[in-house]
Amino acid sequence: MTPTRPQTEQEKFGRHRPLTDRDAHEINRIEELSYDLKVREVMAHNVITTSPEVPLASALELLRVNRISGLPVIEKGRLVGVVSLEDIVRALQKNELPLPVKNYMSTSLVTVKATDSVVEAIKTFSEKRLGRLLVVDENHNLTGIITKGDITRGILLAVQHDYKEEEVRRYRASHLFEDIVSDRTTLVLRYNIKAGDFTHGGNASSNIKRALLRLGADFQVARRCGIAAYEAEMNLIIHTTHGGILKLEVEPHKIILSTNDDGPGIDDVQKVLQPGYSTATDEVRAMGFGAGMGLVNINKCVDKMELESAHGKGTKLVMRIFISSETLNGKKATP
Amino acid sequence: MHMNLEQIIRIAQGEVVTKELSTDVNIHGGCCADLMSDVLAYTRPRAVLITGLTNPQVVRTAQVADFRAIIFIRGKKPQSETIEIAVQENIPLISSPFGMFELSGKLHDAGLTSYETNDSN
Repeated sequence: MTPTRPQTEQEKFGRHRPLTDRDAHEINRIEELSYDLKVREVMAHNVITTSPEVPLASALELLRVNRISGLPVIEKGRLVGVVSLEDIVRALQKNELPLPVKNYMSTSLVTVKATDSVVEAIKTFSEKRLGRLLVVDENHNLTGIITKGDITRGILLAVQHDYKEEEVRRYRASHLFEDIVSDRTTLVLRYNIKAGDFTHGGNASSNIKRALLRLGADFQVARRCGIAAYEAEMNLIIHTTHGGILKLEVEPHKIILSTNDDGPGIDDVQKVLQPGYSTATDEVRAMGFGAGMGLVNINKCVDKMELESAHGKGTKLVMRIFISSETLNGKKATP
Repeated sequence: MHMNLEQIIRIAQGEVVTKELSTDVNIHGGCCADLMSDVLAYTRPRAVLITGLTNPQVVRTAQVADFRAIIFIRGKKPQSETIEIAVQENIPLISSPFGMFELSGKLHDAGLTSYETNDSN
């Protein structure tokens, strides 16, 4: 079968262009969904098939009744070919409709695996320019059939599902803050962090991140807060005499993370803000911490950071993240 | 290019440490580091982390930074606390006999994209 239609823009440039490391940074949500979506989730399962000995006229009838354009050909349970409307048209031109399917079927089979991501199927579609792909399992047995329409429908459903989840999350978050009437509502979570407790290091931050997600925070906002909280939590574990308190305050428009401890305090606050400055022991460094990047990282993740400390007294670190929207998910309010 | 974790395990000749977790996971890219601050600051979510550290903080770091799996290099095996947290947070752990450079090269050659960043957010 030689293709006669000109290549589409997408086939020429879009899908064949190899993805560079830089491009990966600009992958959008739809593309992400099509990577996560599996062929088996969108394919048609009940495939109408025929066998090689059936006359082409009967195959045509099957296509007509079921309003489809191609049939996989199965012989003794094995996939041996595929017969399409175009094959039957060729037979019709030579008046050979009474001949068996095997005389006209195509035996060069293009298949995708049921476990492949939908992106693989999209690639194969644009490379081979076919209307449908046969879906097989590991043993090359036919398990389904997939068309471009199935993929479009699958992605639309996934987008719809994604959107609904987002709606539910937004509702939950706004719900909490709207139901409780006050001039200023703040949700406060406190975590006691023990000095030297490396085994549980990160537990509080992990819980902070989870709490923010449950409150409807946007994925990126929760990640930024989680990272800042984690660095701050490790600082309490590594550097304090008696540990300290890690606090999360959530309001509809901002998130405030803070740590408080009672010593030993920092001699030179400007110095600890320099990238690479560290007082960590070798033991701490062996664990992958203490490279002098903690406060620098925190500063990158939050909108505003304040560090107050006096030697012999203790340290107070305040990190603020502002959210320019009505809820926690960082979506701009529509005017 | 994205890659299924099972394909990554084959390339890494990896041994799955967290037997109870599914390895049918879509991995968007790869990052490697031994400094947890680097992992937190210079990576993008949904990637696999390649590291030489095996303590529980590695899993915590991976969870906070949204990694989908961790590969330990040079055949290192994590301690039981590390495995416990990984199972709880659903982050598969894999042990590979290769060194960090070799493993990263193999995965990059196979098409796995770098998910490391060098910009300042």
